[in-house]
Amino acid sequence: MAMHTDAVELPSRFALARSEGFPLVPTFILVGIAFVAVFANALAPHDPEIGALAARFRPPAWQAGGSMEFLLGTDHLGRDVLSRLIFGARVSMVVGFTAVIFAGVVGTVLGIVSGFLGGWVDQVIMRITDTWLALPALTFAIFLAAIVGPSEMNIVIILGLVYWTRYARVIRGEVLSLKEREFVKLAIVAGCSKRTIMRRHILPNVINSAIVLGTLMLGVVIVTEAALSFLGVGVPPPKPAWGLMLADGKKGMMVGYWWLTVLPGVCIMLMVLSANLLGDWLRVKLDPQLRQL
Amino acid sequence: MSTRPLLELTDVSTHYVSAGGARVVRAVDEVSLRIDAGETLGIVGESGSGKSTLALTILRLLPPAGRIASGRMLFEGEDLLEKSDAEMRRVRGKRIAMILQDPMASLNPLFTIGDQVAEPIRVHEGTGRAKAWKRAHELLKAVRIPSPQTRLLQHPHEMSGGMRQRIVGAIGISCEPRLLIADEPTTSLDLTIQAQYLNLLRELQRAHGLALIFITHNLGIVAKMCDQLAVMYAGRVVESGPVAQIFNTPAHPYTKALLNSIPRMSDNRQRLTAIDGQPPDLVSLPPGCAFAPRCPSAFDRCREAAPPERTFGDQRTVRCWLATAGPASAGTAVHKGAA
Repeated sequence: MAMHTDAVELPSRFALARSEGFPLVPTFILVGIAFVAVFANALAPHDPEIGALAARFRPPAWQAGGSMEFLLGTDHLGRDVLSRLIFGARVSMVVGFTAVIFAGVVGTVLGIVSGFLGGWVDQVIMRITDTWLALPALTFAIFLAAIVGPSEMNIVIILGLVYWTRYARVIRGEVLSLKEREFVKLAIVAGCSKRTIMRRHILPNVINSAIVLGTLMLGVVIVTEAALSFLGVGVPPPKPAWGLMLADGKKGMMVGYWWLTVLPGVCIMLMVLSANLLGDWLRVKLDPQLRQL
Repeated sequence: MSTRPLLELTDVSTHYVSAGGARVVRAVDEVSLRIDAGETLGIVGESGSGKSTLALTILRLLPPAGRIASGRMLFEGEDLLEKSDAEMRRVRGKRIAMILQDPMASLNPLFTIGDQVAEPIRVHEGTGRAKAWKRAHELLKAVRIPSPQTRLLQHPHEMSGGMRQRIVGAIGISCEPRLLIADEPTTSLDLTIQAQYLNLLRELQRAHGLALIFITHNLGIVAKMCDQLAVMYAGRVVESGPVAQIFNTPAHPYTKALLNSIPRMSDNRQRLTAIDGQPPDLVSLPPGCAFAPRCPSAFDRCREAAPPERTFGDQRTVRCWLATAGPASAGTAVHKGAA
């Protein structure tokens, strides 16, 4: 149909997204994991917490001795690995997102208050933040977990308590430069109270950074959750969490039960990598320097 | 002239104090000024002479190190220094508004114009969103923004620079203040837009009976805009009075030097006239007149004691030992008719 083979074609929406570096694959993976997490009940072929001891250590279906009944094999208690991975996605997603949001809210609020009010408020909040940051995150998390005991809810709170400092630091820095901007001064001159200014002028301007930081933190939080579960102070055992599966499977590594560690490891890696790539893209995309017009 | 001035400052001093209290910068030193309703007062001086600090002092918005050390600021008969922070907040934006140095950057990039123009109205008058937006619509019309209805819904980046300034002007007058302080509102603008903006400010002033305090270092703007003039040097008002009088018969040597340093089209001087020397360090002011080290006609007494503020003629003041009996004795021949 085309007369000129070199006619300029308008890029399709898809191509445009590609050309702007939109991370299609990571988004796809994250959405996929979220989908699996939501519909875990319908998708999982077996009960993730109850296995048949007769069917222990079955290899994945494509390996000798494997069967279609347990696509990705079974673990030391005969539980279906695929079902556990599917329900594990739910734990990782829920723990990951709620912890990131919890840390984000605490850190952002403290960062804004600290940066905007300055003075002794700033000193107090920032000294606490510094002290907090000086504690090694994982050790601190283990310490807290040992005190409050393992449960999903506790993990979220612990992760939030460990990681809010990162938000506080970044957001405070941004507020410091923001409050010197003319529009904030104009709001002060116009008689707005400090609370109004923080809520109406500062918060909307730092929310982007908080979201970007959140996507980057998602990876960190999921790895920490896995590490805590691996160490036995995370999600309590019968529940399928990826980190926990990794921990349970590690003994089998030596005798060739590779699927018990490699598969949850791959899941963690995919999720963290996707979150990071998405965060990187968002960071560039929402950078005020690049956004400026 | 009139019965009660709108704003009257009496011996107001503002100091910046270092953390240990060891260093004190007298940024504003015993300043007395008055401005009547509907009048324009120009405040000129070089950088660091305390102009902006004076503006912030009036609004009581000094940075943490700033202290208002003494004085009285009567605004419509109420002393602003005796007000609580909450009361002061109700004054700002409502009765005394201010336009900042860079009107282009004064708008929040994330909100629509309507939200921003309506904000002071909502804050100060507690009006609902719909009503405040209606007022915002009228305000945009008042500052002659074409098709205000669509503009209300747009964001700052969709406006030209000139429009953004006019919007900032609209925000300034949104609560119908009695006094508008403009702190070098034109320094960031190019000349044609400058002229438009000044015209707009004058129109708004006339339409709303605003008093205007115009802080600038541009004497040309003072000549165009102002009724009264106060010249600041090292935190003090060295000379004040009606603009035309000061331009015709400047009494203080610093004012004369300032007026002499304006380049003129008709000039055939080869070089621009500059004032020799540097403005003094405000931490360690000389014991006498702050201008003495740079003053061409300084004599012994100038270096020993600071001259007090003297009043002469109709509303004119000067701080100079030479000007004891009015401008004539200080030698008027230095400058010939600038206004």
